[in-house]
Amino acid sequence: MKTTAIRNGRVIDPANGIDLVGDIFIKNRRIVEHSEFSNISIDREIDASGLIVCPGLIDINAKMGERGSSQSSTMQTESKAALSGGITTACIQPDTQPVVDTPAMAHMIRTNTEQQTGPNILPLGALTIGLEGETLTEMAALKAAGCVGVSNARSPVRNTLLMRRAMQYASTFDITVFIHSFDPWLTGNGRVHEGEMSTRLGLPAVPEAAETVAVARDLALVDTTGVRAHFSQVSCARSVSMIAESKHRGLNVSADVAIHNLLLTEFDVDGFNTMCHVQPPLRGEDDRSGLRKGLKDGTISVICSDHRPCRIDDKLAPFVQTAAGISGLETLLPLTLKLVDEEVLDLTEAIACLTCNPARTLGIGAGSLAPQSVADICIFDPDRTWTVDPDNMLSGGRNTPFAGMEMRGKVTHTFVNGKLVTGQTSGSVKS
Amino acid sequence: MPQDVQIDSDGRLRHFISIQALPRELIEQILELAESYIDFPTRGIKKVPLLRGKTVVNLFFEPSTRTRTTFEIAAKRLSADVINLQSDSMSTVKGETILDTVKTLQAMHTDTFIVRHKNSGAADLIARHVPPHVHIINGGDGRYSHPTQALLDMLTIRQHKHSFENLTVAIVGDILHSRVARSEITALNVLGAAEVRIVAPKTLIPTRVEKLGVKVYTDMAKGLKDVDVVVMLRLQMERMEGQLVPSPREYYQCYGLTEEKLKNAKPDAMVMHPGPINRGLEIASSVADGQRSVILSQVSNGIAVRMAVIAKIMGGDSTKRKSAT
Repeated sequence: MKTTAIRNGRVIDPANGIDLVGDIFIKNRRIVEHSEFSNISIDREIDASGLIVCPGLIDINAKMGERGSSQSSTMQTESKAALSGGITTACIQPDTQPVVDTPAMAHMIRTNTEQQTGPNILPLGALTIGLEGETLTEMAALKAAGCVGVSNARSPVRNTLLMRRAMQYASTFDITVFIHSFDPWLTGNGRVHEGEMSTRLGLPAVPEAAETVAVARDLALVDTTGVRAHFSQVSCARSVSMIAESKHRGLNVSADVAIHNLLLTEFDVDGFNTMCHVQPPLRGEDDRSGLRKGLKDGTISVICSDHRPCRIDDKLAPFVQTAAGISGLETLLPLTLKLVDEEVLDLTEAIACLTCNPARTLGIGAGSLAPQSVADICIFDPDRTWTVDPDNMLSGGRNTPFAGMEMRGKVTHTFVNGKLVTGQTSGSVKS
Repeated sequence: MPQDVQIDSDGRLRHFISIQALPRELIEQILELAESYIDFPTRGIKKVPLLRGKTVVNLFFEPSTRTRTTFEIAAKRLSADVINLQSDSMSTVKGETILDTVKTLQAMHTDTFIVRHKNSGAADLIARHVPPHVHIINGGDGRYSHPTQALLDMLTIRQHKHSFENLTVAIVGDILHSRVARSEITALNVLGAAEVRIVAPKTLIPTRVEKLGVKVYTDMAKGLKDVDVVVMLRLQMERMEGQLVPSPREYYQCYGLTEEKLKNAKPDAMVMHPGPINRGLEIASSVADGQRSVILSQVSNGIAVRMAVIAKIMGGDSTKRKSAT
């Protein structure tokens, strides 16, 4: 087994409160103590001077393409895109084809992905069979098959009684319920935030209440069931305050936000910019500040890409006919670093939102550089600037509203399970 | 703000998609040109040879009678050849995208498309994807924009009131779903109207509409108080079934324009309606056919305004030459 030394990088490991310039050693796929290395030979070396070395990024919500899919984005293309963005673990929703509502499907996803060079893929199991919101899945079996939680993806559970029972049942087996809260009636056929832009452009709108009504309902159910719940991709400031209030009362809740909701607003849809067509929609300025505040105070602990690759034709139509989504794996890190530039977060907090915080939400051991951890590592140059060019994207989906924008921060090396999957070493070294 | 597709690098009108982002002078030039076309039929001039050999395609993905007909007459009076394509005869039914439909037609060397579509942003999308010599005129898209309708209404108002400076205009009805309302609100503000009001129940008023430059009224009597112009909007029957408005009867009672309610407006207030009208639903027959109604002159002005827009876009410098003679 090869041994690797990553030298002189600025090691930022928020899980262990570490921020110092030093070396990281990898042996047998794991990170090992300094002292162990004094008397063994090093096979390869990476000079990380001027670079930041942190745990591999964990994307809590990404669509990773499907095996054998005829679409332009497949598991292969999306895996490459993720690795180039420093992402070593991606959590996927159960709304695949077919739906992950049986242990067999969960097992298949895990074994398929273990066989190829890509990020670790962690599936969420379906909360209800076929995501239809009518019958509970065998959650205990899904958990045993490797699902890190259950979710009904973006299909609402309309029946409140069933939602309550799903939470009670999940809680029985200590399973986290992931919830995209929205009220299907208030959402209707809405495509953009109900605000000034929906009025100017005459586009069907999703009111704030479509989210807050559902968050309120789901929090009330969390309260009565005691389940551990995670709110996925919240978009409204009011949702953040409700979640914060519940946390203060001691409920076991957490939340994440898509990076684009932290940077863009309803006004970016101007000119019928279909690249900004996302669900939940880009909200108002006040919502963006509320989300940022929630991130700073810890109500929201995780930033995700909400990666949804689309074919370009699916974005070239009148707005309401286009597919929702942004291809976000390759821009997750630099866009999160923008929040550091804008002084929303400090660098350690930003990295925590992409590493140890999502690991905690998912209940997995990743997201740490402590000795004996599996060596999932991201190394990036925080000062390198580059311009987003859809033609150079590795993802099958080139749907990004950030095309032509300058990014600061570029991944140079990615290790998954101790294996260098992106980037070059500085050659073999004999010591 | 994204770059406006309507004006080319020389500052000329290339497409006509929305009133938004157009300078006041340009709108006034179109209105003046339209004015010069109004009396053509009575002067015995049926055709101007401005666009001989040019082809205009009426590309209507949504049914329309008066917009399509008046565009056709307008283009023919300018000597253009006109092709009419209605949604049921188009391949989009077979799954072709609208951009492919336009590309196919453009390969037949057509010059201008008048586009009508049920979805907001359709005309804008097409305008962003056609080669430089092809022009797009919006014949109404979704809830977004219907700029020629707004201009013909501005022309009608100007004929009767001469200037916009001191005018108070009330737009009454389904603002939420109305592209006409959005375009008129913008046009009235650009042309300097003193006050633009909207009057409707809250279910038919879009969020933050005041940002467009209007005062919001839910009470018809108050909303019509001392206005110079009343614009009634059509209420689509399918939107009446208990979801947005409880019943046609209650709507008529609260927001239908009757002679009684019209008494709140100024004595010389004019009544407009983009048509087609629902008598006894949003407007009483006696008002629609009454002395203050200008509904029919709106229709004939529609031809003049559409001629002016087509000429401005396709005629290039020749419009200047004509005004010089």
